[in-house]
Amino acid sequence: MRLLGYAAYKLLSMLVTLLVVSVLVFTIINLPPGDYLSNQIMELQATGQQAGIAKAEFLRAEYSLDQPLWRQYLIWVGFAPGPNGFYGLLQGNFGWSFEFDQPVADIVGETLWLTVLVNVAAILFVYVVALPLGVLAAARARSWVDYSTALVGYLGLATPNFLLALVLFYYGHKYLDLPIGGLMAPEFVGEAMSFEKLRSILLHLIIPTFVVGTAGAASMMQRLRANMLDELSKPYVETALAKGMRERKMLMKYPLRVSLNPFIADIGTLLPAMISGSVLVSVVLGLQTIGPALLTALKTQDQFLAAFILMFVALLTLIGTLISDMLLAMLDPRIRIGGPRK
Amino acid sequence: MTLPHAEKPNLPVLSVRNLSIRFGVSKPVLQEVFFDIHHGETLALVGESGSGKTLSCRAIIQLLPKAAEVVSGQVIYRGGDAECDLLKLAGKPLRRLRGGCVSMIFQEPMRSLSPLHTIGNQVGEMLALHSELSKPARRQKVLETLARVGLSDAERAYKSYPFEMSGGMRQRAMIAMAIITEPEILIADEPTTALDVTTQATVLGLLKDLQKETGMAIVLVTHDLGVVANMADKIAVMESGQIVESGPIAPVLSAPKHSYTRKLIAAAPVIPEAVACKPEAAEPDYILTMRNVCKSFSLRASKPWQKATTITAMKEINLAVTRGKTLAVVGESGSGKTTCGRIALGAMQPDEGGEVHYCPRSGEMVELQHLDKRQRCAFQQKAQMVFQDPYSTLNPRMRVREALFEPMEIHKIGTPAEREARACEILGWVGLKPDMLDRYPHAFSGGQRQRLSIARALMMKPEFLVCDEPTSALDVSVQEQVLALLRDLQARLGLSYLFISHDLAVVASIADSVAVMRAGVIVEQGPVDQLFRNPLHPYTKALIAAHPEPDVHRPMDLNAVAKGAGSAAGWPEEFRLTEGKLPPLVTAEGSHLVRRFG
Repeated sequence: MRLLGYAAYKLLSMLVTLLVVSVLVFTIINLPPGDYLSNQIMELQATGQQAGIAKAEFLRAEYSLDQPLWRQYLIWVGFAPGPNGFYGLLQGNFGWSFEFDQPVADIVGETLWLTVLVNVAAILFVYVVALPLGVLAAARARSWVDYSTALVGYLGLATPNFLLALVLFYYGHKYLDLPIGGLMAPEFVGEAMSFEKLRSILLHLIIPTFVVGTAGAASMMQRLRANMLDELSKPYVETALAKGMRERKMLMKYPLRVSLNPFIADIGTLLPAMISGSVLVSVVLGLQTIGPALLTALKTQDQFLAAFILMFVALLTLIGTLISDMLLAMLDPRIRIGGPRK
Repeated sequence: MTLPHAEKPNLPVLSVRNLSIRFGVSKPVLQEVFFDIHHGETLALVGESGSGKTLSCRAIIQLLPKAAEVVSGQVIYRGGDAECDLLKLAGKPLRRLRGGCVSMIFQEPMRSLSPLHTIGNQVGEMLALHSELSKPARRQKVLETLARVGLSDAERAYKSYPFEMSGGMRQRAMIAMAIITEPEILIADEPTTALDVTTQATVLGLLKDLQKETGMAIVLVTHDLGVVANMADKIAVMESGQIVESGPIAPVLSAPKHSYTRKLIAAAPVIPEAVACKPEAAEPDYILTMRNVCKSFSLRASKPWQKATTITAMKEINLAVTRGKTLAVVGESGSGKTTCGRIALGAMQPDEGGEVHYCPRSGEMVELQHLDKRQRCAFQQKAQMVFQDPYSTLNPRMRVREALFEPMEIHKIGTPAEREARACEILGWVGLKPDMLDRYPHAFSGGQRQRLSIARALMMKPEFLVCDEPTSALDVSVQEQVLALLRDLQARLGLSYLFISHDLAVVASIADSVAVMRAGVIVEQGPVDQLFRNPLHPYTKALIAAHPEPDVHRPMDLNAVAKGAGSAAGWPEEFRLTEGKLPPLVTAEGSHLVRRFG
């Protein structure tokens, strides 16, 4: 019951945050002078293409770019009626991409879910790798297990992602016959989901997951190791041993539970870090994720596309934070019941 | 695993023989340690920190630090008909021994229990490990045991997390965990050191009762001879890894043979039968007066829509510190005594209406509740603080020189040469050498560190010191030295102390007058001789009764403790503190006041 109330409270604060973020995003994107269309109209006027100008003028009116900024914002979110009534983000209209000359929804459509897929896979990879290795390194501190995991970890941290990507592509293709580039074989692009397509996506996912995940896994592992070492010197570990517990079971039940807190709290920050961190990798690997599109949109002042992508990343971050907050509350009675944090 | 408590009066259940342990290649830290313990008997291992008493008892269940190496020795355990050397156990038999036959209670009940698991879970785990009971049967037994150790609402305790309980309740839960498997031997490593004196008395009483019921043997590790005198049948005194004296309790305590034992007994704090009556000045010259001081804190609610709750830490405090004398404030944790000290230093503002006046030797009286910047600066030079824990109040990355110079640097007093001269002079006063200026705090022992804290407080030539439990983190022998130093400094410099403590014996040896606090109010106050000769309030009586004396013929009076130290609502009608209606402080005799009706 208490947990439900906590969840409702968190959800409410998340919505408020999202609103504030939307104001910030919209303001910042509109800070540079001019907009995409006025730039284009000037260019068309210089070359005398009347048809183009008419279209641009139409779009300008259609998307209310002739209105004052605060009104533009309200129309964009869907709080105020535009030329076609209430039709903004809230109503499912993501706007028009001037650069690609398509609705934003069509551009991001599939890539949105592929982005989520790649990043969720990478996060799972981070956790699956870091958890056992971190615990092992702490339990066998200052042994060869500890030193070799640390070495692998530092290599993972120190190698630039795109370099790792290229190396893996070459060897993966040479020895394991893994596909190069993209997130699916070219023949499936734009096709409806099928078993074959899914298989192709999963095969293509292996290398990107590994590349995007290594650095995160390495730092996460070191953090978990440090936390565990701190916890292992606490008296309750001795109590558990004095009870006659097996060492392995004791490790799992007591110190690991306590050192999981920062581990879980990281979920929220991991998501956006991976999305922005994976832009370069996506370009190198030719992944159809949202990263490259964001880069183009920002460069060309394609405001609706850029704003939508930024809002999407913000939403992912907030969802990540919500998940970690809820997990922490479930896992740690001190947070749930509100006792002292010592 | 529970073994039948066989009747074998002649053979000890546990014998430690020639146990030597070392770290690395250095000289052994334990040398040829030996002791025996029989069923139903309590053996006290006594010594200062670092004497090896904890190491010896942990060796019994092989719970030693990784670097420790057993050089020689045996730990013979006789359970049932079998006899085995516990040092040779490993794997499953070792795990069955730990918790099954030999249980352990640790010093800090907060840190020794996992913060993330309920008490029921942690206590029940012992049964899951050592018995075949089904889950409901385990739950039943845990509830029974929790009730048996005096946790009145066992159901609630079962579901509680350690941080929801008080220190005494946690230690009871810890005891429940240790005895639930009915072990033959209980190792209690400083089980009451972290507890208030009244809680200590009740926990010790509980251990004694449980021993009578179950006939288990107790190995009690402690530095407090008072606890030993009240609990033990046999004693083994340890000094630097060796047992220097051992035997039945009465002869060792009354006629100690070894000089170290004599030293320990001499250092043990005692509440004197009669304190010398000190004449009161005809016209008292007060350095600090607190008039009608209250302090309440508002706790922010966990949800934004809930109202903040107000907690009253102190109510209607009237205190006065006579110049050149010591006023002690005594009470358990949470009684408001530390808040009192902080207000006396101007580090915290009293609630509206309270007045705190400070009269320096020369110059004008200042009102601490509204100091301006210049007054505050001047006041801070005159009033300083000595803290409780010398281990955490000295910055480990600052040399002694930097730590001592810092206050003078902040107030821009003196040239570097003058500061150096002052530091050398003060180090001499507190019994340290000037060549220690370039050392770091870790190079000092606990007692030396507390001397450093005192030196730091003296750098500003203060007139008034607030000492917040300055000796409670120290060994008994060191404690006496630090108290002697404080007395000596008072005589030499004419200092006035506000001395905060939970220990009446310490207070008896240093204070001129005493205020006893409970639940934020002063329940009794007066000159030290009258208070000890004729304590009137049940809580003061409980504090005195709960103090363990190092004398087997003066056992603790647990009845008096129970009467006075329980909830304030359980006191006799005339003393009872009820919400909104405090009994007034009335004069009993001279300046001896007690809070009661009538």
